[in-house]
Amino acid sequence: MSGVLTDQQAAPAVVVPSRHTGRWITAGAVLLIVALLLYSMATNTRFEWHVVGKYLFAKPILMGVLNTMILTVLAMVIGILLGIVIAVGRLSDNLIVSKAAWFYAWFFRGTPLLVQLLFWFFLSALVPRIALGVPFGPELFSLDTNALITPFMAAMLGLGLNEAAYMSEIVRSGISSVTPGQTEAAKSIGMTRLQTMRRVVLPQAMRIIIPPTGNETIGMLKQTSLVLVIGYSELLTSASLIYARTYQTIPLLIVAAIWYLFITALLSIAQYFLEKRYGRGFSPLSAIRTDKAEPATPAVTEIRP
Amino acid sequence: MTTTMLKASSVCKSFGPVDVLRNISLDVAAGEVACLIGPSGSGKSTFLRCINHLEKIDGGEMWVDGERVGYRRVGNKLHELKEKEIARRRASIGMVFQQFNLFPHRTALENVTEGPIIVQGVRRQDAIEEGRALLARVGLGTKMHNYPSQLSGGQQQRVAIARSLAMKPSLMLFDEPTSALDPELVGEVLDVMKDLAESGMTMVVVTHEMGFAREVADTVHFMSDGVLVESGAPAKVLSAPAHARTQSFLAKVL
Ligand SMILES: Nc1ncnc2c1ncn2[C@@H]1O[C@H](COP(=O)(O)OP(=O)(O)OP(=O)(O)O)[C@@H](O)[C@H]1O
Ligand SMILES: [Mg+2]
Repeated sequence: MSGVLTDQQAAPAVVVPSRHTGRWITAGAVLLIVALLLYSMATNTRFEWHVVGKYLFAKPILMGVLNTMILTVLAMVIGILLGIVIAVGRLSDNLIVSKAAWFYAWFFRGTPLLVQLLFWFFLSALVPRIALGVPFGPELFSLDTNALITPFMAAMLGLGLNEAAYMSEIVRSGISSVTPGQTEAAKSIGMTRLQTMRRVVLPQAMRIIIPPTGNETIGMLKQTSLVLVIGYSELLTSASLIYARTYQTIPLLIVAAIWYLFITALLSIAQYFLEKRYGRGFSPLSAIRTDKAEPATPAVTEIRP
Repeated sequence: MTTTMLKASSVCKSFGPVDVLRNISLDVAAGEVACLIGPSGSGKSTFLRCINHLEKIDGGEMWVDGERVGYRRVGNKLHELKEKEIARRRASIGMVFQQFNLFPHRTALENVTEGPIIVQGVRRQDAIEEGRALLARVGLGTKMHNYPSQLSGGQQQRVAIARSLAMKPSLMLFDEPTSALDPELVGEVLDVMKDLAESGMTMVVVTHEMGFAREVADTVHFMSDGVLVESGAPAKVLSAPAHARTQSFLAKVL
């Protein structure tokens, strides 16, 4: 080591931002490809854009969009709530409960969704009447299965119960990511198990749970198209009913795709806000909340490195 | 007349084949500061966790503020209490952890108000007022709205102390509250604990800070291999220990 600094000069030097030539070239290439694609799509008459325009807001398509959204939301609500229950069951000390939860996830993840949907739809063939009563005793009430299991019910049950199996694994990984010290701290201030779960563990687990749940929801949006087989008319079914009649297959598939993309965009925005909400406190940069009643505290000055 | 805040009588605890606590008997009077010292693995944390029933004891008996911890005696049998009842009793025993264990998704103030609001059903506005006062008391009046990740270790531990105090506990447990701190941050936490001791709080403190034990403790208890080897005033246990094991431990840490 010589101890001589190689390029030291009398005047102090100024930092110049680097030029990133490579970045500009890549960006240019990407823009060019996108432009070419758009151009060919716009000029190719076989896309039949006027047909797309005609059907984009047609009544049956809009009904399909609505049905798809309702089904997605309901199936996800069932999936998430039941998923939490099953995940908590999986982590339970009760061996029977935890094995039953394991069995549920194994069974519903291990059989094709299509089979499950058809099963629910044809439930009435298997169990013509659903009755509630005392075993070997009087019946309290009974229902005709055919009346209970409409295509809508079958679709909701099939999708929701299947989703719960996947959600349970996601929730379980989220719960496991919260350190035992958190549970102990909650217990030490006198929280019950339920309070600990609701106030301490789940809110922290959400950070881990939300991104894969976003995936699941977007997946569900498109998975709802499977209910075509049991005759519930969602977006893709509505589109296919039209092109079966008019033979304008491609433009109607484009109509459906546009709607799916639009809803996916909405879901992504919702996910962004949820992530922000539950990321609170986990990055040192998250904004410090201030009460209106009090002048803002100069708290940021003491962030630890 | 002094009342006994904590009474442990022949407490035993084992993890599988390992006896971690063997016949620990220990009384702590109301207002007393008891320091627990001893080598790593001697069972100090386990004993502390038995006091608020985070661990179940396998033998012996334990009372906090006159109430049996975790069990109810019927005839000559001990029945474990219902979860709600255990939770209620824990609420009056504060615990401060080595790793702070603050709730990272809540601000300092929210950490402190969580227990009163959720567990004790205190009105939100009252809890907030109380919380502000407590945070001011531990010197964090300007950090109420910071999240734990925006606080130094020493500040986090002080919030944790305030969080416990918010439950108005009759007994405070500290498990090596300064062991995870950078040396220059130890003092601020010990100062808060010293204030607390002076205010008359009953405290059981597991610590390696011999200076704190000497200055603040009323009694010092030396544990080794699950046995309570020696107890007494700090001047006696720390300066003129009677047992060879205490002597060799102190020779290593002092
Ligand atoms: N959950 C557990 N399962 C099995 N063994 C355990 C468990 N918790 C503690 N132990 C064992 O019990 C013994 C006492 O542990 P404890 O944590 O109480 O010691 P300590 O005195 O607090 O030590 P330290 O100063 O290192 O914190 C150790 O041998 C430890 O390995
Ligand atoms: Mg310990």
